[in-house]
Amino acid sequence: MERLNVLKTYKIYIGGKFPRTESGRFYTPLNKKGEQLGHICLSSRKDVRNSVVAARKAFGGWSERAAFNRGQILYRIAEMLEGRKSQFIEELIFQGSTKAQAEKEVNLSIDRMVYYAGWCDKYTQVLGSINPVASSHFNFSMHVPQGVIGVIAENSTSLIGLVSLVAPIIAGGNTCIVVASKELPLCAITFAEVLNSSDVPGGVVNILTGESKEMIKPLTEHMDVNGMIYGGSNKKIVQQLRESAALNLKRIQTYDEDWMKEDAQNLYMISDCQEVKTTWHPIENIGGATSSY
Amino acid sequence: MKKNKKITWDYSPAPESAAHINLKKKYVLYIDGKWVKPSSGKYFKTINPANNETLAEIAYANEKDVDKAIKAARKAYDTVWSKTTPSERAKYIYRIARLMQERAREFAVIETLDAGKVIRESRDIDIPLACNHFFYYAGWADKLEYAFPNRKVEPVGVAGQITPWNFPLLMAAWKIAPALATGNTVVLKPAETTPLTALKLAEIIHDAGLPPGVVNIVTGYGDTGAAIVEHDDVDKIAFTGSTRVGKIIQKTIAGTDKKATLELGGKSANIILEDAPLDQAVEGIVNGIFFNQGHVCCAGSRLFIQESVAEKVIDKLKHRLNSLIIGDPMDKNTDIGAVNSKMQLDSINKYIKIGLEEGATMYQPECTLPKNGYYCPPTLFTDVAQSSTIVQEEIFGPVLTIQTFRTVDEAIQKANNTPYGLAAGIWTDKGSRIFNLATKLNAGVIWANTYNKFDPTSPFGGFKESGFGREGGLHGLSAYVKLK
Amino acid sequence: MSILKKNKTFSIPDFTQSPCIDKVGVEERVARFQTRSIKSTTKMQGLKMILNMIDLTTLEGKDTPGKVKQMCFKAQHLHDVHPGLPNVAAVCVYPSMVETAVKAVEGSGVNVASVSTAFPSGQAPLDIKIRDTKFAVSQGADEIDMVISRGKFLSGEYNYVFDEIATIKEACGKARLKVILETGELVTLDNVRRASDIAMYAGADFIKTSTGKIQPAATLQVTYTMLEAIRDFKLATGIQIGMKPAGGISNSKLALHNLVMVKEVLGGEWLTNEWFRFGASSLANDVLMQIMKAETGIYQSADYFSKD
Repeated sequence: MERLNVLKTYKIYIGGKFPRTESGRFYTPLNKKGEQLGHICLSSRKDVRNSVVAARKAFGGWSERAAFNRGQILYRIAEMLEGRKSQFIEELIFQGSTKAQAEKEVNLSIDRMVYYAGWCDKYTQVLGSINPVASSHFNFSMHVPQGVIGVIAENSTSLIGLVSLVAPIIAGGNTCIVVASKELPLCAITFAEVLNSSDVPGGVVNILTGESKEMIKPLTEHMDVNGMIYGGSNKKIVQQLRESAALNLKRIQTYDEDWMKEDAQNLYMISDCQEVKTTWHPIENIGGATSSY
Repeated sequence: MKKNKKITWDYSPAPESAAHINLKKKYVLYIDGKWVKPSSGKYFKTINPANNETLAEIAYANEKDVDKAIKAARKAYDTVWSKTTPSERAKYIYRIARLMQERAREFAVIETLDAGKVIRESRDIDIPLACNHFFYYAGWADKLEYAFPNRKVEPVGVAGQITPWNFPLLMAAWKIAPALATGNTVVLKPAETTPLTALKLAEIIHDAGLPPGVVNIVTGYGDTGAAIVEHDDVDKIAFTGSTRVGKIIQKTIAGTDKKATLELGGKSANIILEDAPLDQAVEGIVNGIFFNQGHVCCAGSRLFIQESVAEKVIDKLKHRLNSLIIGDPMDKNTDIGAVNSKMQLDSINKYIKIGLEEGATMYQPECTLPKNGYYCPPTLFTDVAQSSTIVQEEIFGPVLTIQTFRTVDEAIQKANNTPYGLAAGIWTDKGSRIFNLATKLNAGVIWANTYNKFDPTSPFGGFKESGFGREGGLHGLSAYVKLK
Repeated sequence: MSILKKNKTFSIPDFTQSPCIDKVGVEERVARFQTRSIKSTTKMQGLKMILNMIDLTTLEGKDTPGKVKQMCFKAQHLHDVHPGLPNVAAVCVYPSMVETAVKAVEGSGVNVASVSTAFPSGQAPLDIKIRDTKFAVSQGADEIDMVISRGKFLSGEYNYVFDEIATIKEACGKARLKVILETGELVTLDNVRRASDIAMYAGADFIKTSTGKIQPAATLQVTYTMLEAIRDFKLATGIQIGMKPAGGISNSKLALHNLVMVKEVLGGEWLTNEWFRFGASSLANDVLMQIMKAETGIYQSADYFSKD
């Protein structure tokens, strides 16, 4: 007799835990062959709210970690991705990719994570400045994370889109809430499992599945979200994000990229989720302290 | 021993001369390198807030005029400016800087007359900084590839710029200089109460021989600004002003591809720790809130003093307030000049009333204010809490709220407990503590053992509702470029 | 520890806890005083006050009774062609010249100040410093300008410095004591502040910047720091202390800016020679030239003003 498969229950990822949606709702996306991908959580606005709370709570600790340590953790994510490679490939194939495509996507995702792991303790050096002000002051500018970032992942991307958007955010010390692709959610959940086993503190990345239309509004209008990243080209969504940004002036970035391109990764995606902070302090004796006469 | 007597030694009036300045009775719009009348035929008056006298009549630009200006800017961008080599661009900007320096005193006097700010500040701070800003950005024009590693830098196109009334020329310089250096053309609207120095700048730009249409100056009220923001052919909006208007702009351009930088309001914390150099801290407090009559977006309007030194600092502060000279902005000895407009004075007085109604204790030094014009004495409020209206809302006047704290963590918490995030001051003799606070305070500018310092090389701008984007320094270039 | 001074009781603070000073902040504040525009009647009143606050000084190894007598004559006849000018506050000489000076200024209201305590280095045993002081007082000095032991101060022996000042104060009797910090050797403004506090709590009637032998001397930054210390001492104890910048103040503009600082930091109570002095040798003539210029509108030549 054929062995009965143990099917996976797909959950969402909030604050380092894997709950089902508080709403109890689910949906069953199909692949191209018409097979059910699973009973995927249809997350609600309350899940969004809980995720923002978790992300805010995690922000202090994550942003204050040594940059070197963040780099190690991102590299650890890459290691864990590598270990789960076959699972991701299977999921991608199940979702409709060819084997070659799936392999390429997973490899690229791992490499991209390694790329951003390396940036963690370098971007402030490249982007920062010591400003030669004309007065007796030492003056420097450095990038600091914006805070809690909402991420809307485009439907057409699964693992690579997710990694491409999330890695620069967390490399820069932010925490985030990710609304995963509705049609291609499997890798997002497995990615959450990878994060959970990679020393990433709970709440740094929160991943929700379901109807993005339902979640964009509560997320982008949330007063405790500092920025929104949209990976996609839907003009209506862009406008919605930019309009709601007027509520608390949250920062909006949109990327309409082909993440499968090898160079769809760069320093500026990190700086897009950063603020420039400039500090002044007096310097004794420059300019002379003798009488001006 | 002789009986002690108190000597009175008051400063005689030392008014700056306005004889050498050249003001026209009527100013029209500067569009496409020409001075043109407003299509509406309407003019408004700009007054001297120190005595309520009219200085000049100013053209009121409407949508048609704005359209004309933007078309001129577009044409200049397409046909001339984008084809001008970076090093030639630099030379134009250097030339503007030099012409401004040559006429610095004239600018200072006009700024003081139009804005009510004291001549010492316009002479020693506003105008030199504005000149230096052009000088600084001029040099960037042909070095942009060094500012953005691994990227090709392109201008955005036509920049619509709207400046406030608190630092009229300086804010125009902050906006025009980087825009030109990066190869953009400009339509700028100065604030309606302080348009004169921007118009004088237009004269200089004209004298500098900048190609027609590269910089256009249109004057008017909020609807003139709105016409710029709403115009289809503007690629970028740079606005400095209130958070309320900033949000409206953000909403207006949401459905477009326009880039934006917004420099908005603030309610910045100035934190005095017990080991601070207290006398210099008192100076920092004074400079933080009374600089430019408190009309400063990054004003240190919320003072936090550690309880162990609170009484001492407040005593010193009150003592210091009594030596401030309030009055005629044109007098070289005046420390606090006129409030910019009647509207602003009404708004400040409204907050003072709210403060008193909410039970706060007010201190104002004894002083006689000039009879004509709009003045507000330096004002301290104690017995306030985070929940007081005057602690939460931006007053934009010489009004300081004073709270105490016990531990550094409490100070950080209270300082960050605001929707704004523009600036913060830290006063302590301990380096490690400075870095702790500088790291944890959510603000774009941290002044440690100093306050209200500005420099062309130093990026300025806020977190959260204080806006986005930076002006000044290398980082100020980002606002006006596309990276490829 | 608490002590009784001028009928007031107060406790002696821990001088290691004297307030710290941020020098750049001080420079900015001082720059603000220098932008004050002093014109017309304010200027004339200020210039006359300056004349009346000068301690006309000669402190040279080659001083002789002849030199001292000439200076004392100048002290009482600043510029006789111009009526209504005040005399200087005092003449300042070495102890050996006090007798000569006292005779020369007798009845004029001009005080005689004597430096003491092994001026200018202060490198002598305490008993010699006491004798030095008592000698000057016995010769008729109205005021004693002592130097502190900078070496002891810089090696952290604040109690030694304090006790020495207190001892010399005792030796002064009725003479008023000015304590010279020699700020050019203390180098930092934190040290200037601490030394000011020590001197005031130990019994100084005046604190004074410099001997005039070390550069920099009375910079505006140093004087400002000392004025702040005087203000804080008044607030803490109720006792008024005088201030004397000395050395390097040779022109009217700088002297006027000193007065601006006194007015704005301390107030009008200090604007008399009872509480503020300039230690200077060449300042008087520059002030006189300024007065004549203001009155005649004609720029002056040094040849028309006596040098003694």
